[in-house]
Amino acid sequence: MAFLRSFLFFVLISNCYFGGSIGDEEFSEELLLKPLPDRKLLAHFHFDSRTPSTKLHGHHHILVPKAIYQLVRKFRIREMELSFTQGRWNYERWGGFDPTSSSNAKPPGVELWAVFDVPPDQVDANWKNLTHTLSGLFCASINFLESSTAYSAPAWGFRPFSGSLRYGALPREAVCTENLTPWLKLLPCRDKAGLASILDRPSIYKGFYHSQRLRLLSNEFGLEEGVEPGILLEQTLTVVLQPRGQKTSTYSDGRLLQPSWSISSIFGRKVSGRCVLAKSSTVFLELESGLVSELSKLSVENGSFGIGDVAFEGSWSSPGFELSVIPDRVIKEVNGSHSESSSVMYEYSVDKLGDNGPFDVGFVWKLPVVWSCLHSPFHASRFLIGSGNQRGSIAISLISTGSDEGFMGGDLVGDGCKVRVDIFQVVPWYVKVYFHTLQVFVDGQPEVLKNIIEKMHVSPSEDRVSPGVMEMVLRFPCSMKSATIIIDFDKGFLHIDEYPPDANQGFDIPSAVISFPDFEPRMYFLEENSSSKSPMLLKLQEKNPVISYTEVLLVPLATPDFSMPYNVITITCTVFALYFGSLLNALRRRVGEEERFLKSEDQQGKLRSGWIENLHCPSSKATMVTGLHKAPCR
Amino acid sequence: MAKMRWFWVWVLASLFFRLVLIYFPKNLNLGSRPEVATPLTSLRRLAEGYWLKQSSISPYSGSMYHGSPLLLSVLGPLTVTRFEGQPNHVACSLLFVIADFITAILIRATGEKLQLAYSQSLRSLNLAKLLETSETLSAGDIAGLIYLWNPLTIVTCVGFSTSPIENLMVVLSLYGACSRLAPLAAFGWVIASHLSLYPAILIVPIILLLGYGPDTPPRKLFQQRNSGSNEKDPVLPVNLFSWRPVVHFILWASFWSAYVLVLCSIYLKQYGGLSEMFKRTHGFILTVEDLSPNIGVLWYFFAEVFDFFRDFFLIVFHVNILFMLFPLAIRLNHRPCFLAFVYIALSSMLKSYPSVGDSALYLALLGWFVYELADMQFSFFLFCGYVGVILLSPVMHNLWIWRGTGNANFYYATAMAYACLQIILVVESVSAMLHHDRMLRKQSTT
Repeated sequence: MAFLRSFLFFVLISNCYFGGSIGDEEFSEELLLKPLPDRKLLAHFHFDSRTPSTKLHGHHHILVPKAIYQLVRKFRIREMELSFTQGRWNYERWGGFDPTSSSNAKPPGVELWAVFDVPPDQVDANWKNLTHTLSGLFCASINFLESSTAYSAPAWGFRPFSGSLRYGALPREAVCTENLTPWLKLLPCRDKAGLASILDRPSIYKGFYHSQRLRLLSNEFGLEEGVEPGILLEQTLTVVLQPRGQKTSTYSDGRLLQPSWSISSIFGRKVSGRCVLAKSSTVFLELESGLVSELSKLSVENGSFGIGDVAFEGSWSSPGFELSVIPDRVIKEVNGSHSESSSVMYEYSVDKLGDNGPFDVGFVWKLPVVWSCLHSPFHASRFLIGSGNQRGSIAISLISTGSDEGFMGGDLVGDGCKVRVDIFQVVPWYVKVYFHTLQVFVDGQPEVLKNIIEKMHVSPSEDRVSPGVMEMVLRFPCSMKSATIIIDFDKGFLHIDEYPPDANQGFDIPSAVISFPDFEPRMYFLEENSSSKSPMLLKLQEKNPVISYTEVLLVPLATPDFSMPYNVITITCTVFALYFGSLLNALRRRVGEEERFLKSEDQQGKLRSGWIENLHCPSSKATMVTGLHKAPCR
Repeated sequence: MAKMRWFWVWVLASLFFRLVLIYFPKNLNLGSRPEVATPLTSLRRLAEGYWLKQSSISPYSGSMYHGSPLLLSVLGPLTVTRFEGQPNHVACSLLFVIADFITAILIRATGEKLQLAYSQSLRSLNLAKLLETSETLSAGDIAGLIYLWNPLTIVTCVGFSTSPIENLMVVLSLYGACSRLAPLAAFGWVIASHLSLYPAILIVPIILLLGYGPDTPPRKLFQQRNSGSNEKDPVLPVNLFSWRPVVHFILWASFWSAYVLVLCSIYLKQYGGLSEMFKRTHGFILTVEDLSPNIGVLWYFFAEVFDFFRDFFLIVFHVNILFMLFPLAIRLNHRPCFLAFVYIALSSMLKSYPSVGDSALYLALLGWFVYELADMQFSFFLFCGYVGVILLSPVMHNLWIWRGTGNANFYYATAMAYACLQIILVVESVSAMLHHDRMLRKQSTT
């Protein structure tokens, strides 16, 4: 027995060894913590596993889950993103411009998009199978995206150059721990070790925003040249939590001290150690540029650090705050030209801390600081106009946040300055949009569409077949304060079976995607030593357009009476029978014959009575035979 | 002469009234009333179809437009023409006013022809004494004025619906048939059936009209008269079925339909072509895809009926119209115009997307037979019923859709009541007409 056990151990060890010797299959785990201006805390977990091409290294994987590999292989996925979100990202308070928010803020519910590597006629079939597989994999009703009324094929509005892309969203999907568990199972260490072990379910779901994301990038089939073939699986979990402040002390000027926090206070657990399979296990603490500039102002005021900004740089404590653990490294963003200060990241490597007991980092505020985050150039929101259940209008309003002047770069000159805004909106078929009623108001004034709309692609909705898709490229003058895009719609009437069980709650229209391709925020970090490239930092340095999702709309529809299909069927059929019967009766009635019949009846009756009469007065015989008049008996 | 002037004054007054109403379209907002604009006739949907066509998408892509491509090419440009300071769609509304005017004139002309032919045949039967009463007002004038002053027609005309054009085509075909102009009758019939499918059943009365001529008392009377008369009396002309105009009509109808189809296929060349057009227009009518409420009975039925019975009931309801065609044609073959009225009334009751525009047409045609149907039963009850339904239906719709205090059954109940009223109207008018014939027979034999 002992021999067998040691043999197994040997096999395992050798496996690990050889697995390691391939060396290309990598897993890394990272956690980004970021204080938000409204006394909340953003925690962003980033798990990244990548595997080299199976052509070179065979089908056996150690780190990338088999389920994912099979998914990619079977449906020939080139790119896929699935997100489960509860709550709404607050673009005004939590920012919409920095890469963290613009790539991690997702619409409520489930959003799934995928690009397939198959001929165009097979894309839909692959999509349907994929939705079913994912629905099984994540215990969610993603299979509702199978129906052709639920997904769409955006041409260019959602992502540029999207060929065989399919996009679907389920705004009403409830996200809970049953979706998180399968997601965690895809990690090599699950939530038993490493950073994932601090994911305490109650504390995560207590938060204001919760979004778990799975992004898959595959170049298995070697179509793109120059890109390393393989599969990249990126799992992120973004939560916005409220740290429990021990005491809220108000300062003389009425400002509140931000609540201090530590990993153990927000998650209730400490990081016990790294996941042994991870190449790197890192915790970052980001102070965004607005906060950094406020902090350096503070330090200048207090004078404790003589030369302000320079002194603050690289320190882990300032008059404003204090860190409980000394960071291993301080990474400073190389300043873009736009703002006076740049964000700072403190890096902690969990692997180095393995021996010193569980890792915990605390952040103590010493002075109240008020700062604001970076806003996207326009704050986008969407709402419904009109009342009643017959028709209405969808309005998308863009309000300038006033922060765009700094980002405009060179083309701020004169009136020629234009901001490009892309809008991608999917409406279900029962919201019947009249595209000819599209109106654009700039600063409250109606504008000629040709001046604003550069490009537009619509595919109108077809009843019970496909949703309506609207993709637009708009160009607004930079000086614009607000813009509103209004489009009218009629509400459809559904069959009794098409209503959900709670029909009177209304129907959700998925979020519109508003992107600003002119703005591609990215962070630049000094490459101190390129060997320790963190996948998350690389991700933050990628160029991606600013994207914001609008609110989900709730459209109430008129409902029939669900309780009386039988009554309706019987009453309608009765009316039809009434019509048919009475008309046919009117047509076939022979009144002449009836009269004759009645007459003869009458005659017979008369005959009988006449016979009786005749006994008394036989002289009236002649009149009796004609039977027309009652014979007077004389 | 005074009578003539009097007629034209009323016509002009009605047209003026329409023009006044056109200037308040926003206040009335009739275009969104389900009673006025159905998915087939809504001008808003037509504008959407035209917009799609202009952006080089098929007008039938999506489920918005279900009308004819010809209508799109005629009315489409008018939906985007805007006059300075005028409300939108004013050009279309003016066109509808003109269409209404022409319809009324044609109804009047047809009515006069009918009356002339009828009085001739009555005289030949020595029943001229029956005509004495009908000299006061011509039936054509009455019918024309009913059409122009019927509130339903006015609402349809100013309510951004294409029904006035459809009605014009139906009346045009009847007029052509009455005056034995086979090309005109064929044109009207082809366009009307192309626009809304149901007028296709009018082929029976049109052929009878072309074959026998306008309405007469039953032909048996003439035969009896001829056989029973002395040598001295001139032999009455018994109307025999003349095949010539009928053959002309069929030839012209096939010519016009080929022409229409060619035009449509040219218009839709880059898109789905004719198959898509038929699927989206006539297919849409037959399969009752749109379940939005209207004054008919089918929408709620198909919103509630179980899915596996849907096809069965679709067949049953459509066959119900066809089933009645032949009994009616056999019984009323001597009165083709009245037959046409009954067919129009039936189809406007049983069609999948009825609107008040259809009722406006058959109520006007009822005016042709105002003397024959003088002793119709329940006429006061019917009048009150129509008024009641027309007043109640918007109220119920408002309660259900806008206020959310009522429910669908309320509105459906008015639709049921409306259907019952129409049934009573048809049945009573048919029996009154048969009764009138019997009366004529009695009069002529005694």
